[in-house]
Amino acid sequence: MQIHLNGSPKTIPDSMTVATLLQELSVPPTSVVVELNKTIIQPDCYATVCLQDNDQVELIRFVGGG
Amino acid sequence: MLIIGGHTFNSRLFLGTGKFSSSTVMREAIAASGTEMVTVALRRVDLDNPEDDIMSALDRDKCVFLPNTSGARNAEEAIRLAHLARAASGSSWLKLEVTPDPRTLLPDPIETLKATEELVRAGFIVLPYMNADPILALRLQDVGAAAVMPLGSPIGTNQGILTAFQIEIIIDQARVPVVVDAGIGAPSHAALAMEMGADAVLVNTAISVAGDPVAMARAFAQAVEAGRTAFVAGMGNRSKQAQASSPLTGTLATDLGFLA
Repeated sequence: MQIHLNGSPKTIPDSMTVATLLQELSVPPTSVVVELNKTIIQPDCYATVCLQDNDQVELIRFVGGG
Repeated sequence: MLIIGGHTFNSRLFLGTGKFSSSTVMREAIAASGTEMVTVALRRVDLDNPEDDIMSALDRDKCVFLPNTSGARNAEEAIRLAHLARAASGSSWLKLEVTPDPRTLLPDPIETLKATEELVRAGFIVLPYMNADPILALRLQDVGAAAVMPLGSPIGTNQGILTAFQIEIIIDQARVPVVVDAGIGAPSHAALAMEMGADAVLVNTAISVAGDPVAMARAFAQAVEAGRTAFVAGMGNRSKQAQASSPLTGTLATDLGFLA
């Protein structure tokens, strides 16, 4: 199935969880905020929330800025 | 002592963390500046550098973390970013920036007011970046802004305090701290803002792109302190007419009569 990850299409296995996605991308879960279809996912739900076809996933983190 | 959102700040220099050449330089500049408030931005994770994390380079015990909403073009986008910032930082501090025009990066006053009102209701400590408009400053403090952040000149221009006349009125009327933000390009600009009675200044580009950012951070810390001390000491009045500094009476002798 396909999701939109940070604005780009990405093919992932069916019923992949947020936790597995982060792991596959080598993104440390504590360093990011996950937004799924414009709703923030709480970190303690990463292991239980499964991604669906066409989900819009945003991985956001702090960077330098004024 | 400066108090914003119930937090006491000893340093009146706030630092932005953008455009530093490395996290080591940024860390050293933060230390040299003595700042107790640093701003950060939110962006999509760079999936080619998944472990690149600014948080690991910042000491949150020493500094309040002030996430900004840079990139937001309207209130709706700013509010979305604010909630992401709160989830990422675990705190409610927020520098609200709504800049619809990428050429000027000037803040949208109507969207900024709308977003401030809604975010204050949602429990955020909101410091809105605003044009130096005295009426808007009053409106923002009326809806609960914890401080107001009028611009000296547009972001990243290093043009200094081009809005001095309006900023003086804002300071005069303010019931919340006034933090002069944006355009401060030299320690003398920061000193001027502080001499005018600003409560603090926020500096980023002038320090991060300096030849020696660590030394420049120190220079800004000194300028902010000098400006603040001068403001508290009470500045003399300006005059168009010369006023002799030396006494005009009690001159030495008649042949020096021209001194009388």
